[in-house]
Amino acid sequence: MSGSWMTTRAWLLMLPLLAVMISVIGWPLVDTVRLSFTDARLVGTEGSFVGLDNYARMLSGANFQRTLVTTTWFAVISVAAEMVLGVLAALLLNQQFYGRTVLRALMILPWALPTVVNATLWRLIYNPEYGALNAALTQAGLLDAYRSWLGEPNTALAALIVADCWKNFPLVALIALAALQAVPRDITAASMVDGAGPIARFRFVILPYLVGPLLVALVLRTIEAFKVFDIIWVMTRGGPANSTRTLSILVYQEAFSFQRAGSGASLALIVTLLVTVLAVAYAALVRKAAGSAS
Amino acid sequence: MERRSLAFTIFIHAAALLLAVVILAPVLWLFVMSISPTADLSAKPLRWWPAEVDFSRYALLLSSVENSAGAAFTASLWNSLKIAGMATIAAIALAIPAGWAVSRTPQVGWSLSMVIATYMLPPVALAVPLYMGLAYFGMLNNIFGLALVYLTILAPFTTWLMKSGFDAIPREIEASAMIDGASLFQTLRIITLPLAAPVVATSALFALLLAWDEFFYALLFTSDLRAKTLTVAIADLAGGRVSDYGLIATAGVLAALPPVLIGLVMQRALISGLTSGGVKG
Repeated sequence: MSGSWMTTRAWLLMLPLLAVMISVIGWPLVDTVRLSFTDARLVGTEGSFVGLDNYARMLSGANFQRTLVTTTWFAVISVAAEMVLGVLAALLLNQQFYGRTVLRALMILPWALPTVVNATLWRLIYNPEYGALNAALTQAGLLDAYRSWLGEPNTALAALIVADCWKNFPLVALIALAALQAVPRDITAASMVDGAGPIARFRFVILPYLVGPLLVALVLRTIEAFKVFDIIWVMTRGGPANSTRTLSILVYQEAFSFQRAGSGASLALIVTLLVTVLAVAYAALVRKAAGSAS
Repeated sequence: MERRSLAFTIFIHAAALLLAVVILAPVLWLFVMSISPTADLSAKPLRWWPAEVDFSRYALLLSSVENSAGAAFTASLWNSLKIAGMATIAAIALAIPAGWAVSRTPQVGWSLSMVIATYMLPPVALAVPLYMGLAYFGMLNNIFGLALVYLTILAPFTTWLMKSGFDAIPREIEASAMIDGASLFQTLRIITLPLAAPVVATSALFALLLAWDEFFYALLFTSDLRAKTLTVAIADLAGGRVSDYGLIATAGVLAALPPVLIGLVMQRALISGLTSGGVKG
């Protein structure tokens, strides 16, 4: 069969997918770019061309800068904690102990729990009057009076990060565990014969097998964390006093609560650009790691 | 096998117990809340296990008496099932031919890479035009409209999974069927698709989980019982003035049940799908 017919046939088979993708992703993205240069409202006015006004206003606004800092904190701390906890849990699950199969199976639980259910669950746990966290800490004598974990600006973001980590570290653990199981036993045995201690063994024998899968998990989790919306919307809606407002929440407020479609679109594109830069930087990192591993 | 000291064995078991508690405690507490009488949940000190187990909230939420909390809940449950089901079927129908084409004709692979790169896009980058477009076609607050929007999430993911699945099926099997005189579509139907059935099943399950989990678009594009999904209904309960926390917990347990069961039963397939690089978006 000739190559050009193969290619034509392949395009024909891809046509339905590409047509749908262009209409639900391609066109909306292009339209977001168009809207970002206008002062359009969500409903009603078409808006007129305002050039880069939206971008200038959004980038110089205190809201954006503060939100960017909040989002970065959320992403860096939650992803770092998920990586560390995930690797520790995977090292544990790779050991021999009673109930290992059951515990491995349980790790799927937080991952399978819908994000909104997870957020609701932790919202109930953090409840200022009847929450389990307040009850447990006071009954254990660690806390004098009930606190409003999600209601105080200095604890709300930390409380959110804990809830996010609980849901996501098991996924990192499962990915790391699969990588650990690929480490050949004779290599670890040989390193022990050579007198490598547990730390040296982890650093020089096990870690090289983990780096690739963990980097992929790191990239995907960081992108996710930068786009975070669901868990924050359900738990705090960005409050109290905007202390947990992330970029996606800010775009939602601008475009949908205040119905300013134009400036909302410009903000959404700024977020998209940030995520893209992150992703490209990470991709380079992954490629470099893959290059040095082989 | 490496020999371990007693102290290390004890340490490993203690750590495993801690991990089990960390994983299980929040989930168990959600269930305990759902079966505790309201008085127990607001007692100080808090009762960690109800004096009397009370399953009545499950009956309440699953009843369909008009204008009750149950009617709203069951309506959103049905909406979620229909939307997730339709979006999954459509995504698989798009993914099978496209995934096969990319697998067998790498020259067109760049277009799939572009589709997959859209994973990076935050949904807020598409939300405003999608809202205006759905409004234009009268598809806001409509289960078909939301299912269509869900293809933005499901289709790239399923196509990518199907492509890796087809990669694992040798071309030679297809080639020999064609030499025996089978047409392309006969070959795909009789040879390739049955071999790819496990991948189709895994992709469909992932797609169902993604659609069941989705919240952002559902929040924006639905407004009442005609299309509101379960995730929005639960967020409404959690953020509303419901004073019975047990009822919120019950809704959470019911919404979590299908994905958790799928997760536990399909563990092996899901983990191999996850670790091959695909991660739930």
